[in-house]
Amino acid sequence: MEFKLNNEQIEIKRAAREFAEKEFTPELALEYDQKEEFPLGLYKKAAQLGFTSMRIPCEYGGQGYGVLEDCIVVEELCRVDPGLGVAVSLGNLMVPDVLLRHGNEEQKQRYIPPLAKGEKIAAAAFTEPEHGSDITRMDSTAKKTGDEWTINGAKEFITNAPIADTFIILCQSDPNAQPSHRGQSIFLVEKGMPGLEATKLHGKMGIKPCVTGSLCMSDLKVPDANLVGELNKGFYYTLELFDGTRITVAAQAVGMAQGAFEKALNYAKTRKQFGQPIINFQAVSFKLADMTIKIEAARLMMYKAAWLYDKEKPNPVATSIAKAYASRVAMEVTDDAIQIFGGYGYLADYHVERFHRCAKITEIYEGTSEIQKLTICNYLQKQT
Amino acid sequence: MDIVVCVKHVPETAEAELKIDSTGKNIEKTGLVYDINEWDDYALEEAVRIKEKQGGTVTAITIGTEDFDSTLRKCLARGADAAIRLTDPKFQGSDAYATAKILHSIIKNLHCDLILCGLQAGDDGSAAVGTILAQLLGVPHATMVKKLELCTGTAKVNRELEGGLEEILEIKLPALFAVSTGINEPRYVSIMGIRKAMQKEIKVLGLADTGLTEAYVGEAGSWLKTEKLYVPPVEKQAEFLKGTPDEVATKIAELLKSRGLI
Ligand SMILES: Cc1cc2nc3c(=O)[nH]c(=O)nc-3n(C[C@H](O)[C@H](O)[C@H](O)COP(=O)(O)OP(=O)(O)OC[C@H]3O[C@@H](n4cnc5c(N)ncnc54)[C@H](O)[C@@H]3O)c2cc1C
Repeated sequence: MEFKLNNEQIEIKRAAREFAEKEFTPELALEYDQKEEFPLGLYKKAAQLGFTSMRIPCEYGGQGYGVLEDCIVVEELCRVDPGLGVAVSLGNLMVPDVLLRHGNEEQKQRYIPPLAKGEKIAAAAFTEPEHGSDITRMDSTAKKTGDEWTINGAKEFITNAPIADTFIILCQSDPNAQPSHRGQSIFLVEKGMPGLEATKLHGKMGIKPCVTGSLCMSDLKVPDANLVGELNKGFYYTLELFDGTRITVAAQAVGMAQGAFEKALNYAKTRKQFGQPIINFQAVSFKLADMTIKIEAARLMMYKAAWLYDKEKPNPVATSIAKAYASRVAMEVTDDAIQIFGGYGYLADYHVERFHRCAKITEIYEGTSEIQKLTICNYLQKQT
Repeated sequence: MDIVVCVKHVPETAEAELKIDSTGKNIEKTGLVYDINEWDDYALEEAVRIKEKQGGTVTAITIGTEDFDSTLRKCLARGADAAIRLTDPKFQGSDAYATAKILHSIIKNLHCDLILCGLQAGDDGSAAVGTILAQLLGVPHATMVKKLELCTGTAKVNRELEGGLEEILEIKLPALFAVSTGINEPRYVSIMGIRKAMQKEIKVLGLADTGLTEAYVGEAGSWLKTEKLYVPPVEKQAEFLKGTPDEVATKIAELLKSRGLI
């Protein structure tokens, strides 16, 4: 067992950190937090340096690394700014992943390289207004006539929906399948296809530079060639996808916690009350110690899940443990950070309340914490 | 154009809380974050840009322990073709002269048209290694270089002087230039660069490879000896400017100008 990153991973971490520290200035972070706009220029810059395509193989224009290296980058980006960090790194996570595993060569060649290079943006649409945690049945339907599919329905809360060029959409392709999740398929859809409409969602609590939207599909015609993988396997592809991407969400959470912690530590050393730095008060220093313990534990869980994914095989339990714990830690640590800042922590200009607002999403998307616990419980029940 | 860039791995001290160690001659280094010396970063970038324009090679060279490899790897990731690390316990305590001697022993045997280094290092700030190295190599040099243009057989450099003056020199190659920050904008390390860097080897050389004897390196070979390092007592001196906002603004502008800051 070895508890350290190798030289290459250390260099990756440093490169991501330096990029984020120079580019994600506090002013820019505040500006984007207010205007709820996607930082396209930053995304392209990050993509050109390879930060957004860590897990995409070199032959498709990516960097050819694993989940662990991707997580190292995501942690560093979110450590500097949670909103910009998520916005820049979230776009390329899912679509290439599904295509690499199940797409045919033509789909891979056509859709992955422009995403890897940051020329295009992707969105993956599973959630519907009526189906969030439970995606075993989709209201969005895909009906086949000839060699064409007609998709009808709506998707909600889709990251990048308003700006994406390439979509994957999970649909009920066989409404009569028993159980229903055996009748779901994933389709590739491109922006501009008649019948596809995206609307931007406003007023999110955090990760505001990461745009979210809803999709409306009305008689959206999709050629049969756009079916991803096998017919009626979409549900399984989706679960398999989450085994990896949920670790990345854990990395977001660890990064956010680390970023807020560092700010709080600095502040505690310089803020004086009762004639001394507040870090001298045990109530403050113990909080910092607890924050350190939690972040360390969360990071190790995240590393372990990523390591298992890359080295052995995806381990849904390790992934759920990492995501559920890291996201909780992110909430607690960012809350403690505000507390250490006192009144100033409540102000946007001190850059910690934003971390707290952003951290919350990690407990919600890609399976809420309750859903992670369900995965863990299923495993426990099967243990003898 | 073959270029050698001298780089140093230094602790980032600008924002750290510094303490003097028990010898009283050095700073306490535990907990400090190390990185490539800021000035060397610009020197490396300049070298890589020249190479990209004209072809040739860039070799980064440093003196230090295994930790220094991370600075060399950064150079490789940013476009250097080769890296050399000179290391030996006997090198410990070398001043600028001994450092230049060690570098000289290796660089004199490398083919190079240009040697670039940072104007100074962020840790000791002696700004002397480049100049001494040029003397030892017997090549012309210029310091405080803020612009570098290559012609055939010569280089034109702009030097930044006090009081906002700038001087242009034409210098015969091979030559050594000690560059200022701001000569370019160093690029980010890319993931592609890291992958390439990991495939390049860092050549490690010791005292025996330098052809020098112990007497020329480390404290024995140094001309300077640190007597004491300390934090000067804080003096409370502040000048309060009085007057209307306009008058104060004018005074501030004059002050900044007189110190060459604007
Ligand atoms: C900013 C943002 C971005 C998103 N991006 C995407 C995206 O790109 N693509 C996409 O497809 N989706 C996306 N989502 C959707 C996200 O994955 C869902 O919001 C999430 O899965 C929860 O679904 P829901 O909102 O419908 O909540 P519900 O499923 O209605 O859950 C409500 C509450 O009930 C709990 N609950 C539900 N079932 C159980 C159970 N069996 N046991 C215990 N508790 C349960 C939940 O944990 C939760 O606390 C995004 C959401 C947000 C907010």
